[in-house]
Amino acid sequence: MTDIAGAAAPVFRLDVTSDAAKRRIRKRYAAEARFKAYGLAALGVTTLFVGALIFDIIRNGIPAFTQHSLTMDVAVPADFVPADKRSDPLAIRGADYFPVTRDALKAAIPGIESRRGERTLTRLLSTGAPGVLRDRLLADPDLIGKTVKVPLLLSDDADLYFKGSGTPIIKRSGIGTATPSGTTGEITILTSANDFAAEVVSIKQAAKEKADGQAIEAARLTTFGGQSVAQRVSEINAEIAALRARVDSPKVEEVLDGKLPSKLVEINGGLVKLTKLTDVSVAGEVLLPLSSTDDAKPGDWKVITYATPESNRKVSDQEVAFLERFREKGMVDRHFNTLFFTSGDSREPELAGIRSALIGSALTLFVTLALCLPIGVLAAVYLEEFAPKNRITDLIEVNINNLAAVPSIVFGLLGLAVFLNFFNFPRSAPVVGGLVLALLVLPTIIIASRAALKAVPPSIKEAALGVGASHQQAVFHHVLPLAMPGIMTGTIIGMAHALGETAPLLMIGMVAFIVDVPTALTDAATVLPVQIYLWSDLPEVAFKLKTAGAIMVLLGFLFLMNGAAIYLRKKFERRW
Amino acid sequence: MDMSQQTLMPEKAVLLPVGTSAKVVARNVNVYYGEKHALKDVSIDVPDKSVTAFIGPSGCGKSTFLRCINRMNDTIPICRVTGKITIDGQDIYDPALDVVQLRARVGMVFQKPNPFPKSIYENVAYGPRIHGMARSKSDLDQIVENSLKKASLWEEVKNRLQDSGTALSGGQQQRLCIARAIAVSPDIILMDEPCSALDPIATAKIEELIDELSRNFCIIIVTHSMQQAARVSKRTAFFHLGLLLEEGETNQMFTNPTNERTQAYITGRFG
Amino acid sequence: MTALYFATLAILVAAAFLLGRHRAQSLIAGGAPSLHSLPAYHGMLPMAAVLVAMLLTFVIGSNVVARYAQASSLAVLGAETVADPLKRSAALRDIHNIAIGKHAGDVPALLMNATQQFSSASAFGNWMVYGFGTLLGLISMGYFISRISPIYRARNIFEKFILVVMGICAAVAILTTIGIVFSVLFETYRFFFDPSLKGRPTVSQFLFGTEWNPQAALRADQGDIKTAFGFVPLLTGTLLITAIAMIVAGPLGLFSAIYLAEYASPRFRALTKPILEILAGIPTVVLGFFAALTVAPLIRGWGEAYGLDVASESALAAGLVMGMMIIPFISSLSDDVINSVPQSLRDGAYALGATKSETIKNVVLPAALPGIVSAFMLAISRAIGETMIVVMAAGLAANLTANPLEAVTTITVQIKTILVGDQEFDSAKTLAAFALGFVLFVVTLILNIIALQVVRRYREQYD
Repeated sequence: MTDIAGAAAPVFRLDVTSDAAKRRIRKRYAAEARFKAYGLAALGVTTLFVGALIFDIIRNGIPAFTQHSLTMDVAVPADFVPADKRSDPLAIRGADYFPVTRDALKAAIPGIESRRGERTLTRLLSTGAPGVLRDRLLADPDLIGKTVKVPLLLSDDADLYFKGSGTPIIKRSGIGTATPSGTTGEITILTSANDFAAEVVSIKQAAKEKADGQAIEAARLTTFGGQSVAQRVSEINAEIAALRARVDSPKVEEVLDGKLPSKLVEINGGLVKLTKLTDVSVAGEVLLPLSSTDDAKPGDWKVITYATPESNRKVSDQEVAFLERFREKGMVDRHFNTLFFTSGDSREPELAGIRSALIGSALTLFVTLALCLPIGVLAAVYLEEFAPKNRITDLIEVNINNLAAVPSIVFGLLGLAVFLNFFNFPRSAPVVGGLVLALLVLPTIIIASRAALKAVPPSIKEAALGVGASHQQAVFHHVLPLAMPGIMTGTIIGMAHALGETAPLLMIGMVAFIVDVPTALTDAATVLPVQIYLWSDLPEVAFKLKTAGAIMVLLGFLFLMNGAAIYLRKKFERRW
Repeated sequence: MDMSQQTLMPEKAVLLPVGTSAKVVARNVNVYYGEKHALKDVSIDVPDKSVTAFIGPSGCGKSTFLRCINRMNDTIPICRVTGKITIDGQDIYDPALDVVQLRARVGMVFQKPNPFPKSIYENVAYGPRIHGMARSKSDLDQIVENSLKKASLWEEVKNRLQDSGTALSGGQQQRLCIARAIAVSPDIILMDEPCSALDPIATAKIEELIDELSRNFCIIIVTHSMQQAARVSKRTAFFHLGLLLEEGETNQMFTNPTNERTQAYITGRFG
Repeated sequence: MTALYFATLAILVAAAFLLGRHRAQSLIAGGAPSLHSLPAYHGMLPMAAVLVAMLLTFVIGSNVVARYAQASSLAVLGAETVADPLKRSAALRDIHNIAIGKHAGDVPALLMNATQQFSSASAFGNWMVYGFGTLLGLISMGYFISRISPIYRARNIFEKFILVVMGICAAVAILTTIGIVFSVLFETYRFFFDPSLKGRPTVSQFLFGTEWNPQAALRADQGDIKTAFGFVPLLTGTLLITAIAMIVAGPLGLFSAIYLAEYASPRFRALTKPILEILAGIPTVVLGFFAALTVAPLIRGWGEAYGLDVASESALAAGLVMGMMIIPFISSLSDDVINSVPQSLRDGAYALGATKSETIKNVVLPAALPGIVSAFMLAISRAIGETMIVVMAAGLAANLTANPLEAVTTITVQIKTILVGDQEFDSAKTLAAFALGFVLFVVTLILNIIALQVVRRYREQYD
């Protein structure tokens, strides 16, 4: 034993009472609190992200589930389809619906004479709008020659307008008496009071504010320096100069352009878009025809502002005028977007649906399940129960663990090179897609099944062997059924994973523009995630909403599947 | 947190010989694991600078009680402790008490040696480091050397302090754990069956060590082996089914126990 | 034809089972001593035999017939068509389309002849296969049923058969790996060494070249545009985005795991784990959508507010979202590892008077380090191999830069870009994608192997 009480050895006592000790303790507890806070913060950031993602998807996706239509009286002329052909569906299908819908539109807003106006009007409807009319006539050909009230689908821009992407509209009653000079085309309107003084002032004000804002921006950017910045600054300075000139000019005349909010006058049942204004007179272009050139008394006419400048909008002033007129007349209808679920893909956003993608996904998953469930379970049973413990078995196990971590795109390469190129399977077919996905998901199912089999107590198998069952009988009659819940859970999770896979299916060509619904396993098809990917690439804003809507459907399915897996696990969880 | 050296005469002065101060005083301690009542109404005084042994059959609650003294039971969520335990008169379950400091004052050695996966040096230096006991590297070196010497491990490892602590033999590892525990110079050392995982030679070494240490520390040792209790301890407490059945001088208890259960256990009729 | 074949197969299979079982049962009824195997097994054996015989015939026969029909129809078109691979595949496509009635426009007479030859050869061949398959099925059924007797060990034979089937299923894993390696390796080899391939690079040009421009390798007359297959910009792009992802996911994932494993109450865990599981289950195409349409514009806006020039497809946006995707991965793996550190180590530290964070920092994490390192490596492997997020949110420009605000491209994006659409397997461009796939496979494989080895070697420390 060594000498403990050596005289030279200093004694180190644990110091708990001095100030230094108290400080140290406080620091340690502060570090503890900080550390714990980091962990909580990490979880918080993650939760925030998931929340932001889901919120963003839902916010963008919910509008996709509704659509706007124009409910109109459509007069179907008697000669639309000759009387003798009325029983032939082909004749009804093949008739030209465009003049019919065009005339119905013109009847709803009378007085539109110019070609441009007419074209703008007809373009407000979707190209697929006549579909409802067609179906009505097919069901009841006697309607030909009569007037039918049908909802006609609006185009994607018009639909988006009603979903709120238009412009705020501000109305103000006119103060003086207004006298229009005509009912269509370019007209001037004189007023008896300084009706438009406020407008002129506000325009100058808006210009001044913009100039000021740009000046701040320029000043801020100059602090950063750099070549690209300098160029931008000089651009801004030029803008500022132009705006300031406008503000300072003594003329009480303003020319309106697309960069400023639009001004209009509603008078005598018509709408005039102002192009030039002074404080007492305005010149403009008639968007909706006036009923007469009579004087309008104070309060009978209005000054309207479209707050978002025309160049910042997708819908022109003319289109807004038409749409607002339709809305005022109560013709605009919002309804559930059944097309989303009943139609396949389309170039027109308002007509595009996920039906073909859904069926493609279903077919592909069916193939995947049919392949990887039996193969996976049998492989797991073999590896767990029957495989001899040798090098080959080790190799197989190592292989499975590695395959589980191979990037999915490599499976796509495999599919491309072997299934498409070597075996000449049909491209884009659910058969090939299902095959590739089955190989992808197989390692997961094998690993999950092995875990489920391992969890069954060996005593059960031994009991079966004890009464004289063969090894296979013991396993298939006793062990496997008990492992089934775990296997099912693993399979459902594997299928959920396969449902969301995109990259390998892109490789094997399931990217085609699929309008028709696939019916056989060898038809060209697409799957929902690929459809989402394709839509997300398209420029129309309406497709962004549709993509989000399709994502909601996909997430809905995944939620269901994972929920089913969790339910299964809880319900059949046994504690041995 | 004032651990001043007040002594409190226990109510049952008969528990300790006159003149001995009680280091640890427990009164009416009950421990519940969820619904299970693991320790029932235990009261005991443990004297300083000596070895007290807790004996009894497995599951009788002796380890549970041991772990109350340094509040290790706090780490088990379903465990609930009632009653009063004081060390040097300070109630250790007082909410104002800093449990981190308590555990520095009350060291523990576990049944299975559990050195950290670090070097031998780092194992011993860990406690002093986090409690800021050393002002310089040489101070720390000194602490490590002292502790290893006191644990009679120094000679065997002094040339390989950077080797991993887990590379030592079982007995060496346990001595390393003892060195680690005494490096923070605690007042009390709790030992939970420290030799049960060791061979007889290592056990003998450790018992020798315990004897040495008892001159300066209050040691409480839980042991399965009555022979060990008889060898090392001055006082012994016998636990059975969560109750403290008998407590007294070791010699007296082993030769002439008052409780018949004690008698039965000691003579090997059960346990 | 196929339908008929499988209908016949189904009938014969059912018949084999029923006949076999009935025969066995009648043996018992006829006073024979007890059978070795249950009647069901006597039925299943012939059934399996028929199934295997007819399936094999179908698979092999269909392939043979297809090739025969193709060859004979091409022969009608002339030797020239046969020799030129492009003309051959075009002709085959046309013939196929005409045969199934999807061909548009006029059909030249020669092609019509070829198609007719194709149709008749196919029909003839298919009938041959049908006949042969059915015959083989009947023979095998007859053979096995004739062997039914009380001492016939039908069960043993059947179980051996099942054993073989199971073994094959297990071998599918190896076959898959072989398939991947073979297909990718083969095309990669052709990419570098096939003399008939125009515009292919040397191995060092590929590995060290800094220009990636596969597009040009198409027309010989495009003189000025240089084809380049330099891999370096792809590598740097991939690494840049992966690095950003790991900077995000590493701390967030690890600290989440630490909190959940060490500090959280069971109720808190029950509430929070689902969030991580939801994040783990979100398909990457959805994350890509979010990255491209929300995160990237947001970052662009912030950047411009500070005068920075941010690309609309910045590496930062893609890396951020990819990081978020990996968080559950790191979190759950680290959680497992931290939980598997023995409680005795923690107790040892607590007993010394260490606070919880000190214990975690000084004892638990170092003990769990190999597992955590392995988790990080697996996460990196995942990030490198990820496709959809980068396809949608990162760019196509092979940009050699370390600036996260610029657009870069990655290996997976290039693979996808090259291979989506019609490919000719004879252009260097298509094969370049396979070369990239090979690199990707090898890199992720190495990472995975090292990760698994690290875990295996250090696990022994505690057991």
